[in-house]
Amino acid sequence: MDSPAVEIVDLVKRYGGSTAVDGLTLRAERGAVTAVLGPNGAGKTSTVEICEGFRTADAGTVRVLGLSPTRPELRARVGVMLQAGGVPPAMRCAEWLRLVSRFYAGPLDTAALLARLGLTDHARTPYRRLSGGQQQRLSLAAAVVGRPELVFLDEPTAGLDPQARHACWELVAELRQAGVSVVLTTHHMDEAERLADHVVIIDRGRVVAEGSPASLTGAERQLRFRARPGLGLEELLNALPAGSAAKESPSGHYIIEGQVGPELLATVTAWCAAEGVTADDLRIERRTLEDVFLELTGRELR
Amino acid sequence: MTTLDLTPAPGAAPFGRMVLAQAGAEIRAMLRNGEQLLLTLVIPVLLLTGFSLAPLIDVGGGRRADFLVPGVLALAVMSTAFTGQAIATGFERRYGVLKRLGATPLSRSGLMLAKTTAVVGVEAVQAVIIVAVGLALGWRPQGSFLAAALLIVLGTAAFSGLGLLMAGTLRAEATLAGANLVYLVLLGAGGVMFPLTKFPEGLRPVLEALPISALTGGLRAVLSQGAALPLASVVVLVVWAALSLALVSRTFRWE
Repeated sequence: MDSPAVEIVDLVKRYGGSTAVDGLTLRAERGAVTAVLGPNGAGKTSTVEICEGFRTADAGTVRVLGLSPTRPELRARVGVMLQAGGVPPAMRCAEWLRLVSRFYAGPLDTAALLARLGLTDHARTPYRRLSGGQQQRLSLAAAVVGRPELVFLDEPTAGLDPQARHACWELVAELRQAGVSVVLTTHHMDEAERLADHVVIIDRGRVVAEGSPASLTGAERQLRFRARPGLGLEELLNALPAGSAAKESPSGHYIIEGQVGPELLATVTAWCAAEGVTADDLRIERRTLEDVFLELTGRELR
Repeated sequence: MTTLDLTPAPGAAPFGRMVLAQAGAEIRAMLRNGEQLLLTLVIPVLLLTGFSLAPLIDVGGGRRADFLVPGVLALAVMSTAFTGQAIATGFERRYGVLKRLGATPLSRSGLMLAKTTAVVGVEAVQAVIIVAVGLALGWRPQGSFLAAALLIVLGTAAFSGLGLLMAGTLRAEATLAGANLVYLVLLGAGGVMFPLTKFPEGLRPVLEALPISALTGGLRAVLSQGAALPLASVVVLVVWAALSLALVSRTFRWE
């Protein structure tokens, strides 16, 4: 019955000659955290700002809570955190949050929200004197103070120290528990893996993969080690169980994928011994979203 | 750790409450800003006292305060509605404040209404101070208070239109420089301190068409000579207001 939090079909956005968003389709479910993951310049901010009503699409359709993004009634239902700025430099921290709260019918208690984000000691500090991380947290506070149904967070943890990052993550998890839909952009795969129910990986304005973090990274694990470059992998592949894969990427870094267990480990170390090489930094780990991105695009996420 | 009930409970505040909240923030920002206060209060009051006490300029007979108070009132309107508003709004645009406010339930018309409310509020403070200083300096006002108030409202509309026109189209730095320059030029050439009769004959029609001259001339006619509402001034101000506000609505860029 309920329309999705966000539904985007074949979205196109151009700036002059360059195409920022190139036929993008995505759906963010209600009550879920959706992460839009991609490198800088992938079209994340353009996409989100069209959903926020700041920019207009050149083609395609966008529905936010079932409505056209520019509909005025969305302003009370949707919370927005811009990537940067948006606050007068001389405005004091608490003063800004109180001002924004007065635009809503039943806002959160601003003092409690400041305390929750560790900003109480800076309540009277002008915005321009806050650290980058404090400015980010104030913007996050302003995005949720009106008790919205849907929140757009554009790179919410960019430039945050680890502690502030965790405070932000906790708040996002609490929003989700409270039934708020969250759409966030990030280029940190750990953030997407940790927070999101649904991850949409975009590159050059298009979706290259989407799904839950687990479905994207797969259940399989991988074995990695470093050794002298240019080892012949043919023999190793023959010795490994069927369905395994081995590759050298980048030079001197070896990745073995498949049923990673004691047997595979034994096969690899035996092969290393036969080749007369010592495997350095040998470890078994799960594939990350970064690996997925690298595989899909041939490029690093950052 | 504080528990917060984040359960969605969306809703916009009543329109009037939003506008008052924003207007209050704008007034606080104006009164907190040192350069703005210099422009809106210190300079007008200094000009008024300085030139009332020291006969440095020829005001063409009559009590000096009678000539100076209406001019300084007009200057105060220009400093707040035009210079101050242009600079503040230009930087709000640059810092993304207008964009961020656009994501709240405060509509653009609500924001503009809040700005106008703040400008009128600061003008009221300026008027009280200037009138008090003027009375202390021997000013004897006459004429209709309502006619003077109407001229100030029209002047505010015209200067707000011109200020927002700059703020909404130029870079913030260009607005800062331009708004100060225009302030100085209009202070000198708009009949605020120096009667227009002192300027060359051929230049006068041009100067008389300036919004500042219409406002100073109109206020002077009403408050110092007890004239009825001067129609020429009203027409000049209405034309400036209509033209500039129409252009603002077409050209203003929020980002």
